[in-house]
Amino acid sequence: MELILSIAIGTLTASGVWLLLRPRTFQVIIGLSLLSYAVNLFIFGMGRLRMDAAPILEGAGSDPANYADPVPQALVLTAIVIGFAMTALFLVVLLAARGLTGTDHVDGRER
Amino acid sequence: MIDFIIEHAVVWPVAVPITAAALAAMFWLRQDIQRLVSMVGLVLMLGASLLLLVTVMQDGVQARQFGSWAAPFGISFAADLLSAAMVMITGVLAVAVGVFGLADIRKREEHSGFHPLFLGMLTSVNGAFLTGDIFNLYVWFEIMLITAMGLLVLGKTRAQLDGTLKYAVLNLFSTLLFLLAVAILYGATGSLNMADLSRILATTEPSAALTLSAALFLAGFGIKAGYFPLFFWLPASYHTASITISAIFAGLLTKVGVYACFRVFTLMFEIEGSGLREAMVVIAAGTMLFGVFGAAVQWDVRRILSFHIVSQIGYMLLGLAIATPLAIAGAVFYIVHHIIVKANLFLVAGAIYRATGTYDLRKSGGLMRTNPLLAALFLIPAISLAGLPPLSGFWAKFLVIDASFQGGENWLAAVALFVGVLTLYSMSKIWIEAFWKAPPGVRQTARPVPVLMLLPIAALGAITVTIGLSPEPFIQYAQAAAETLVNPEAYIVAVLGESAGPGVEIAFDPATASPIIIEESVQ
Repeated sequence: MELILSIAIGTLTASGVWLLLRPRTFQVIIGLSLLSYAVNLFIFGMGRLRMDAAPILEGAGSDPANYADPVPQALVLTAIVIGFAMTALFLVVLLAARGLTGTDHVDGRER
Repeated sequence: MIDFIIEHAVVWPVAVPITAAALAAMFWLRQDIQRLVSMVGLVLMLGASLLLLVTVMQDGVQARQFGSWAAPFGISFAADLLSAAMVMITGVLAVAVGVFGLADIRKREEHSGFHPLFLGMLTSVNGAFLTGDIFNLYVWFEIMLITAMGLLVLGKTRAQLDGTLKYAVLNLFSTLLFLLAVAILYGATGSLNMADLSRILATTEPSAALTLSAALFLAGFGIKAGYFPLFFWLPASYHTASITISAIFAGLLTKVGVYACFRVFTLMFEIEGSGLREAMVVIAAGTMLFGVFGAAVQWDVRRILSFHIVSQIGYMLLGLAIATPLAIAGAVFYIVHHIIVKANLFLVAGAIYRATGTYDLRKSGGLMRTNPLLAALFLIPAISLAGLPPLSGFWAKFLVIDASFQGGENWLAAVALFVGVLTLYSMSKIWIEAFWKAPPGVRQTARPVPVLMLLPIAALGAITVTIGLSPEPFIQYAQAAAETLVNPEAYIVAVLGESAGPGVEIAFDPATASPIIIEESVQ
């Protein structure tokens, strides 16, 4: 599972960086989104990968070793929400810029 | 009631502006009410920061845990001397810029939600200064980015959208780097609370993961703060916004990045012996030099000032890189001085624009004859920025350069002095072009500048003169702040409680949602 996750993170990061370096604003946004997905998965991995373990503790005196780490899940959830808001806001700016300049080049003009 | 307010002093600088922002947003269509709410909110925020400053100076580090989740498991707010000073200066600047905005911000921009966004941005800046949790810091950074984007596009012009795109892409990328650093740190230590991290990292063996995390923190905050070679977004975007917004950005936003650097690299990571110092020294020198060179070739007042933000950031980083208590004290003093002076210069640029109708120095002129008061008010921050005695900039530069000589980095001191000379060149360029020479155009008479614009400029100038003429208490404060940064025991004890020394294992008790101490391992 570690291998699959790391390949996924690597692929997402590589595609994200490549898209980030493209000259079209839409590609840049998708690149940033892919990068943030990669970071989110990475945070998740930092809580150690566990199969079939609940993140929520039940009752007093239960052994924390039987549970998955809940903190990265909370962090990822927060990061997803913020990332979603940023992407939406960014798309609005992009559309406005496209409307005003008539081009989707990041410099606001072709070449 | 009074006790409650004082006990929660660390919460108000965030709670007040966010409440005001919500109120202002509720009166979306009533600009007069929004203006009232905004001004009352700003004054209350200034009061709250003053309360926090006094409390911290009297009782030491203040800390609060949210939702009665005991540290290090919940989110903590903590204010030491540095945080309190930053919050205080934010309060002062917010009121000054808010008053200036009454005269400068257009109806159209108020309609687009200037007041809620402005208050929201101040909330996030104060939140970033006060939080004691590294992931919470990320959240404040994102709120800052969202509100800053909103403020940048307020005028809806082409240039602003262009600047906003560059601003947003690079800042979003920097927060991703920051988030990555937080993730690695969590994976290596299992904690997000800064005080807890400080405690754990003090006894942890250096590892590749931690070095990578530190490098990512430096890069992430570096983009935010405008370090060399990552500063290109700053002069490309700051000058596009309306001048009120540029002023508050110039004063505060990059300094949040600098503050975060100070917090992370004093409380958590060691600068000595980790290879970070060598990198930081080069970055500091590059930031100073490239910023000032960039400014030398510009003719737009706002662009000159934007490049000078970059060069001045280098001095602060210089203090952090040398990392002796003296150098850090100098850097703290520098941050406080710089925030006031830089924002003031942007406000003066706004007044120049109001008087001459242009930001281009080649087209303006003659202001010394037509508006001598503005000329005098420009000289105070300009000379202070260049570092001439007896103003605040002289003491700030003196402390930092003195520290670099004592730290054995003579060439850095030389670079800092050289950059000071070039800063003086840029300032005299603005002086000669805008104030001294005869106006080139047909329009010989300057328009009057409203009192609401001159008032905040004069007030900030008065603070600069006060710091310059009696630097003693400010330097003492900076030294005390540096002392708590270099020896963070007081900070750790305030957040985690008395028993949490280094090497104490803390575990989570699920029954009571509180930490339990398992063992006190021998160091």
